[in-house]
Amino acid sequence: MDLQNQQRIKDAAEKFGTNCIVILGSSDAEGAEIYAETVSNGDPTYAGPLAGVSLGLPVYHIFDQTIRDECDASAWEEQISMMEMVLDPEKLAAAVKGMRDQFSKDVL
Amino acid sequence: MSSVGIKSYAYCLNHVPEIGLRYGSTPFTEREEKGESEFLASLPSHVQSWEKAASYAPNLTYIGALSYDEFEAAKTPWIENYLPEPKRYGKYGEIMPEDEFLGLMTLCDVFDLVWLEKSFGESVKAKLLKDPIMTEAIVARLKGLHELAEIEAEVKDKKARALYFGGKVVGCVRSGHSVDDCLFAYVLMENLACKAGGVLALLHLIKNAGIKPEDIDFVIECSEEGAGDMNQRAGGNFAKAVAEIAGCLNASGVDVRGFCAGPVNAIIAGASQVAAGARKNCVVLAGGAIPKLYMNSRDHAKKNLPALEDCLGNFAVLLVPDDGTNPVIRLDALGKHSVGAGASPQAITSALTYEPLALIGLSFKDVDKFAAELQIPEITLPAGAGDVPLANAKMIAALAVMKKSIEKADMDAFIKARGTIGFAHTQGHIPSGVPFIGIACDSIRAGHMKRAMIIGKGSLFLARLTNLADGGSFIIEASSGGSSGGSVTKEDVKALILEALSEIAGKLA
Repeated sequence: MDLQNQQRIKDAAEKFGTNCIVILGSSDAEGAEIYAETVSNGDPTYAGPLAGVSLGLPVYHIFDQTIRDECDASAWEEQISMMEMVLDPEKLAAAVKGMRDQFSKDVL
Repeated sequence: MSSVGIKSYAYCLNHVPEIGLRYGSTPFTEREEKGESEFLASLPSHVQSWEKAASYAPNLTYIGALSYDEFEAAKTPWIENYLPEPKRYGKYGEIMPEDEFLGLMTLCDVFDLVWLEKSFGESVKAKLLKDPIMTEAIVARLKGLHELAEIEAEVKDKKARALYFGGKVVGCVRSGHSVDDCLFAYVLMENLACKAGGVLALLHLIKNAGIKPEDIDFVIECSEEGAGDMNQRAGGNFAKAVAEIAGCLNASGVDVRGFCAGPVNAIIAGASQVAAGARKNCVVLAGGAIPKLYMNSRDHAKKNLPALEDCLGNFAVLLVPDDGTNPVIRLDALGKHSVGAGASPQAITSALTYEPLALIGLSFKDVDKFAAELQIPEITLPAGAGDVPLANAKMIAALAVMKKSIEKADMDAFIKARGTIGFAHTQGHIPSGVPFIGIACDSIRAGHMKRAMIIGKGSLFLARLTNLADGGSFIIEASSGGSSGGSVTKEDVKALILEALSEIAGKLA
């Protein structure tokens, strides 16, 4: 996760605590896992503002059923349904869940 | 229907590993921040020679030394299946070795900024003269030969950046100003390399098109570099500077920018000017980007793979009025990613593919090949960026399912048949669709292809001016007889009938 985005998330977490959640749209399971770890346990590459900072934020992939259930069906159809055919939604959601189960607080 | 002919095209690579090792943004930043780190110490062992680069299937496809069919059939992984013999020249251009490219940069310099060591300079001069696209007049521009001690002093005392060949200092790019960072040696090197690459592509284009430099009316340059000083950062103008070196005495030019969407937008701009009769013809061209050399090399080194980002990419395309003899760009079916279109991949893919096709009553199956973001997957996959052209083909296929053009079960067949395999270097603007123009035009001329779509996408947000991305697309197909005479074509009649039918349908509903 790039350094600017790490800083944005850190700032938001300082303002709202674990009352805010992070929703990822990463297309790659390996990347999604690293992003999820970064916002919950800290930057594993020790390169950015979240290095050694465990925010514990609840983190989900957009394809997680919990998030999907919250979405407007027509907006989903218009914005996301195409990518469901292109990507592996279950693998992506599971990759983020693995990190969430370990490091996130106040999950939905 | 308004259309413009694509008369000719050129594609070249400049194999410049030693520039990349020092001035590619990844190694450069590492060196500035950490000095000679472990990564920098290991990087040279991952560098590939010119012979390897000139035997690598994607590179040979780019310059037209390998046909696209041969490329599709080439054994993968390409890094383990180099072709038996290196090839410098292909039907579109060449892979120029680094010593000659340093000579080319020097002869493109008109401000005494590039200095080469005397004996090195003389040796590259002799080599450049053997290049079939070089003339004595162009090579005679190669001046600025100096003693090594003078070059070393310039680097040590006056903030010049050293140029290397065979691990030794053979020249330098001098700083253009003591305070203005737009004119520091690094920026000038980047710009001069981009200019030199543009010149090389233009010279090959002139040869490929069988025209004289004086025949060219206008040049549009669309790289991602910025030439200017602190009062007009990126003011330009690469196009005219390139035209000057190539001897295009009757041409003027201008630069068009749009990140990786620059080339598609520049081609649309040039084609529109030609179609309107404002220009007799227009060359759209670009040189390469030094900072992107070895951009992903950290991952390549970590995974013990060859660091493949060792080439600057350049291209040039000649647009002429549609006289019925050349493949054409249709100006009535342009893809545009508008501000209000939305940022989701679905919205972008729809704006760039479905919507322009629908405008002229075509469907996804009417396009033989979709060419978008043609990065070489062996570069991007180890860096975690995926197979970009394949991802694009999947998105287009998925949209085709949603729009009921194909069945879901046919997605894989659609992707295989109509997607494009990446063969372009990660040079930003270079992979963005345009490398396929030559292949598409040749296939259309040979009757093997009916229609191709060229798609460019740009990450505008990198400049911190907007969070938006951008994109553009156009369709290439056989000419339906020429639009320059103003006669009504079959396609025009078809479009009129479709319009009338939809009007009637609207009234009935």
